[in-house]
Amino acid sequence: MSWRALGLPQHFPTLVAAALVALLSLIPLGFIIGVAATAGWDHVAALVFRPRVAELLINTIWLEGLTVPISVALAVALAWVTERTALRASRWWSALLVAPLAIPAFVQSYAWNGAFPDLSGLPGAVLIGTISYLPFVYLPVAAQMRRLDPALEDNAASLGKNPGQVFWMVVLPQLRLPIAAGALLVGLHLLGEYGLFVLMRFDTFATAIVDQFQSAQGAAANLMGGVLAICCFVLIGIEAWTRGDRRYARLGAGAAHEPARYRLGAWAVPSMALLAATIGLSLGVTLSTLVGWLWIGGLAVWNDGQLWASLVQTIVFSLIGAGVTTLLAVPMAWLSVRAKGAMPRWLEAAHLYAGALPGIIIALALVSITVRVALPLYQTAATLILGYALMFLPRALVGLRSSMAQAPVELERAAMSLGKPPLVAVWRTTMRLAAPGIAASLALCALGIGNELTGTLLLAPNGVRTLATKFWAVSSELDYVAAAPYAVLMILISLPLTVLLRRQAERALSR
Amino acid sequence: MTLLRLSGVSKRYGVVRALDDANLTIKAGTLTAIVGASGSGKTTMLRLVAGFEAPDAGRIILAGDEVAGPGGMVPAHKRGVGLVAQEGALFPHLSVGGNVAFGMEQRSREAVAALLAAVELEPSIAARMPHELSGGQQQRVALARALARRPKLMLLDEPFSALDAGLRTSMRDMVKRRLTEEGVTGILVTHDQQEALSFADQLVVLEEGRVVQAGTPRELYLQPRTEMLARFLGDTLMLESFVADGEADTPLGRVRVGRSTRDGMSRIMLRPEQVRLVSWSEGTPTAEIRAASFEGPVTVVTFSSGPLSFTMKVPSADAPLQGRASIVLVGTGHVIPRG
Repeated sequence: MSWRALGLPQHFPTLVAAALVALLSLIPLGFIIGVAATAGWDHVAALVFRPRVAELLINTIWLEGLTVPISVALAVALAWVTERTALRASRWWSALLVAPLAIPAFVQSYAWNGAFPDLSGLPGAVLIGTISYLPFVYLPVAAQMRRLDPALEDNAASLGKNPGQVFWMVVLPQLRLPIAAGALLVGLHLLGEYGLFVLMRFDTFATAIVDQFQSAQGAAANLMGGVLAICCFVLIGIEAWTRGDRRYARLGAGAAHEPARYRLGAWAVPSMALLAATIGLSLGVTLSTLVGWLWIGGLAVWNDGQLWASLVQTIVFSLIGAGVTTLLAVPMAWLSVRAKGAMPRWLEAAHLYAGALPGIIIALALVSITVRVALPLYQTAATLILGYALMFLPRALVGLRSSMAQAPVELERAAMSLGKPPLVAVWRTTMRLAAPGIAASLALCALGIGNELTGTLLLAPNGVRTLATKFWAVSSELDYVAAAPYAVLMILISLPLTVLLRRQAERALSR
Repeated sequence: MTLLRLSGVSKRYGVVRALDDANLTIKAGTLTAIVGASGSGKTTMLRLVAGFEAPDAGRIILAGDEVAGPGGMVPAHKRGVGLVAQEGALFPHLSVGGNVAFGMEQRSREAVAALLAAVELEPSIAARMPHELSGGQQQRVALARALARRPKLMLLDEPFSALDAGLRTSMRDMVKRRLTEEGVTGILVTHDQQEALSFADQLVVLEEGRVVQAGTPRELYLQPRTEMLARFLGDTLMLESFVADGEADTPLGRVRVGRSTRDGMSRIMLRPEQVRLVSWSEGTPTAEIRAASFEGPVTVVTFSSGPLSFTMKVPSADAPLQGRASIVLVGTGHVIPRG
């Protein structure tokens, strides 16, 4: 191959492609840094060090400080009950605990708002945040609990520890990784979420940024975006610190017997009550409220051209967005699996960490940059698609990486030794084996895009109304009944998401 | 003094009868090996003794106290029974020192170092994490961790199966020395008969959830009660022979079987090392050598004697490679009871 003759590294073309994507994904971060650098210190200080920002910061700390620990404690308790006790129909309970993933947080908020109009402020924000994002912790924790080596618990018991001590000293420390990862996801979603908190009348940086953006105070919005980005990096730092660099995987590959399931005994009633209460709060209220509104609306609400037009638009944007995102993730996924060294690791960090920024910062950056340097692109479908791609790049990368890793390079070599040219060999072995994983990652991206609200509100061209933005517009007029069909359609197209995420959480741990 | 007694212990998993009316007595300060094919119930027996499971019937008496039976069950953490599992099962989130100190009433650096020294490890290893250790080191740490509580009884669940052959022997000797010196009663579960024969004072053989025979390794090796057991413990030659006056007339020549054997046709078991092939002389039982394949210290020789054909390992130093040899039988033949 010619680039090798020039003394370039083995994966040179892929490296170049991945580096270009990494540059794209650094746009939002670069934008934030650029704004802070060009605004001048006095200007920054005047906009950042003021009571309003302090108030938002305090709100954020309360929100994170309450929602994340509550979610973690609840998720661990629920995972224990569904995975390690002799609970009847535990698979079904577990599926019901994951199902709220299909309901966008702002739809939860809207339904609760209709059912309990007095619920608002911090209590409302914490409640809705917890029920909406609980599966992000529950999924990995439950998957890890299933694969804990029961020999460790047996050994702890033979070393004189009672069941409570065994849980604290042996089980919980091994859940550290999934707890840290799940807590980070919850934390980042809380920082980036907009709709949920608007409906709960609770101010966060995200709601303040959108307010200021809509009242044409661009500079203030941008700088607040900077503060929000710093909050994200603080969370990522905390996660990296709690995760540590120690290995918790099981040692060796001994044939583990099935972990013992404890008899619930006197705990049966409280356990069932906890399960029922969690599911009642996270599914029951919202679904029953929606059904009520649909009943009131009758058939008339479905006979609405705008509803079906927005469904079509949502599907089109989701599919195109997911395709573009997946294509952009391919070079990096390839390098992550096949190339060693510092360069690919840095590129991967750029793909993943910049993507941890909330959609609102990505949208702000794209709006400002298109307005200033590429006006023809401002509020076009292309910019919207790019926004989606940047938001969901990490999701696509993680999915592609794990599915490509399942195809050993030896198969490609075998295909080449059987006379296939390199690209044909890759297509017929690795890509063929990775196909189901690629399809799953496409679907995950498409579903994420289908429910995206904040970024779409800022970036969508005139006339584009996805289910989420149309729902938002209708529900802002407090027309609960008219908004219900949009909510129901979003939930229906998201249902496959819960199945996919559940499967992915289980596979991620087996790598 | 009896340390452990199992009487009439049964355990089912669904329709599978893992243990079926098993009886066993173990004296304090001895080493016992439980052997059996996979699925014979040996791991179940260990888990019942450790207290991880409750028997469906029967009772388990440990040091004079009933720990499982009709009167209820003492949970694992109150039994004072040590355990070394397959591959060690070290806690991956704790350092070596943390693992060893895990069960101690009063933790001290000195106690940890002393235990590590007892299993022939450097004290500096205490700061390492389990995944930084080799398989053999992990097993040593697991033993130190279990010894820290000075258990009355130590259960060893195939602790050497993941190690390679050379290491396995030295680990086995170390564990045996350690348990004997500390006066800890040991039970080793294994499917490796070689390991069982060389480790234990008492050998217990399980077959389909029942104890088929218990005794010294020598007794079980030379006088197994069933043909299956005979084959399980080593290579065998089974010969239909006519017995008269305490001697069996086998196709390979005559061999003593003991006075008490009834006259008539019997099934005689010989171990291959009881059959010697020496240079041929007229009028002796004759082996026609068919094939010989050199394997270092031993040579695998196939020979026929009359209508029968045998294959066995012979020391290479004087193995016949071709032609004829005379057969000499040494020791006593063992009569397998007809079942």
